[in-house]
Amino acid sequence: MVLEVPDRRMSPEARRRAKWWFVNAVVVVYALLPVLWIVSLSFKTKETITDGRLLPREWTLENYRAIFGTSDFVRALVNSVGIALISTTIAVVLGTMAAYAIARLDFPGKRALVGVSLLIAMFPQVSLVSPLFEMERGLGLFDTWPGLILPYITFALPLAIYTLSAFFREIPWELEKAAKMDGATPAQAFLKVIAPLAAPGVFTTAILVFIFCWNDFLFALSLTSTERSRTVPAAMSFFSGSSQFEDPTGTTCAAAVVISVPIIVFVLFFQRRIVAGLTSGAVKG
Amino acid sequence: MAEIVLDKVSKRYPDGAVAVRDVDVEIADGEFVILVGPSGCGKSTTLNMIAGLEDITSGELRIGGQRMNERAPKDRDIAMVFQSYALYPHMTVRENMAFPLRLAKVDKETVRRKVEEAARVLDLTQHLDRRPANLSGGQRQRVAMGRAIVRNPKAFLMDEPLSNLDAKLRVQMRTEVSRLQKKLGTTTVYVTHDQTEAMTLGDRVVVMRAGVVQQVGSPQFLYDHPANLFVAGFIGSPSMNFVPAGVEEGVLRGPLGDIPLTDRVRRLLTEAKAPREVIMGVRPEHFEDAALVEEHARAAGVVHRAQVDVLESMGSDKYAYFSLGGERARSAELEELAADVGIADLSSSGAGSLVTRLSAASGAREGEPVEVWFDPDKVQLFDPSSGRNLTYSGD
Repeated sequence: MVLEVPDRRMSPEARRRAKWWFVNAVVVVYALLPVLWIVSLSFKTKETITDGRLLPREWTLENYRAIFGTSDFVRALVNSVGIALISTTIAVVLGTMAAYAIARLDFPGKRALVGVSLLIAMFPQVSLVSPLFEMERGLGLFDTWPGLILPYITFALPLAIYTLSAFFREIPWELEKAAKMDGATPAQAFLKVIAPLAAPGVFTTAILVFIFCWNDFLFALSLTSTERSRTVPAAMSFFSGSSQFEDPTGTTCAAAVVISVPIIVFVLFFQRRIVAGLTSGAVKG
Repeated sequence: MAEIVLDKVSKRYPDGAVAVRDVDVEIADGEFVILVGPSGCGKSTTLNMIAGLEDITSGELRIGGQRMNERAPKDRDIAMVFQSYALYPHMTVRENMAFPLRLAKVDKETVRRKVEEAARVLDLTQHLDRRPANLSGGQRQRVAMGRAIVRNPKAFLMDEPLSNLDAKLRVQMRTEVSRLQKKLGTTTVYVTHDQTEAMTLGDRVVVMRAGVVQQVGSPQFLYDHPANLFVAGFIGSPSMNFVPAGVEEGVLRGPLGDIPLTDRVRRLLTEAKAPREVIMGVRPEHFEDAALVEEHARAAGVVHRAQVDVLESMGSDKYAYFSLGGERARSAELEELAADVGIADLSSSGAGSLVTRLSAASGAREGEPVEVWFDPDKVQLFDPSSGRNLTYSGD
């Protein structure tokens, strides 16, 4: 009888693939395990919350009922959505115009403008908290929506301008000339030709800016004092247990899950619009 | 449809660089005019000024008798085909071609009819609902043409529209462009750096160099009567041979031997107050294998005996390359031409060389001596310092 010896050597291609598979698995587990843990905690009952198991022994929606049962959280959610959407819209609209000018026009002070916007992006936000707090109190902006929207736009604009001007530079300038020759006004050329082509860039930027505003904790905590304008990340830090000896772990985790959902929805919704290579075929490639 | 008049049109950039200087060209209604010249000669700038994509620094542009300097491109009613085609990638072929009509607020039914008509002319009907990304280079080029013709503009401007196509397709599209222009009878200004396109397409050719118009005329006239060294070297392929020569007592002395001057040439030289040292130009196609020339013609011409360096047989003709003793002809214009084509061009670089086009029946062989004959009356003489054609008898 002949023993079949299995060939244990792997082809270099298979080995390479296995290696990549392993690396990818490590990265995914590293990134997603804490998320899964939070999801798991949010479904656990008070009694089992410290049992250290990834899969809850008892499933409960109690935590979710608790956060949606209080007006604080619902109100914070409304604030978060409103403030992030308004900031994103304004930042993207302004950023689009600024980036278009930077990519297309040669005007005096262009380099200075780009430099300053980069400077703003690099500025440590913590150092601005106290002055902003004082200024907003003086101006009556403290604890209002505009009080958060304004600093968000300030810090989101450099990000938007940078991302968008990279996209605009990719669009062949001849398309705009062609539109002009075809009888378009500069506004029509921008709206009918350039803007549709820049759409993937605009959506990418919108997602980045939205996430930035949505996730902010520093300004949300320092520039608000009541539920009038407190966003979810700040509101969560004010969650309390039923007694002072109890941690609000379950409800915090449930809130964390709830505020992650809009981001995921936002990304999935716009993902289709972020189609690379949309401009291919415009000019000889 | 309208005539286009450029009246002393110049373009000066803010940094002081002059791209185009005092261009005076009158383009008649329905005429096909080619702007040709090496890269950087200002031909594209001139076209962009007609289009309105670049401002005119001084001078006046009139289309159909009206001053256009201050009008926006959209108000000039001219269409342009770009080198890169510049198709809108997010629109289908149909939408691309309909775009100018939609902007002009033409009603839907007319748009559909006109687009389909243009698509039929350009053989694009089956591609109307595809996107530019899914088309071949030739098809994209035709869509770009289609977008220009749908709205019957006063004029077409074309900026090297064929230079992105491969050689075979380019020849095919060249005939296509020519046929289309004749059929539509629309005034057309066409920019190219390719002298073959200039020769074959245009009713008239405008040769430009360093922002200045060198000569305007029909392709045949430019070929026969170049105004200066630059035009002589630019028009014709392979380009004209230039050799230094001295004028002495009715004889032209140079590396091709002593050439008797005909009465016509002698008269022209006197009129032009020619210097003693000149540059002699002979086109390759004006040579012939001496063995194939009839006896009495041979006696009237000049025979040069030399060893063939390289022989290229094209089937229909044979190109024989010779090296000539002595210095090669030198002038600023020839240097510029050589720089434009690169050092590959044998006729304008290297120490004195000669290209001849002989009949296919020629018995010339590489490395063996052969006698080549040419008609001295076809010789053109140029002033080495100014580049002026001393034998120019045009107008």
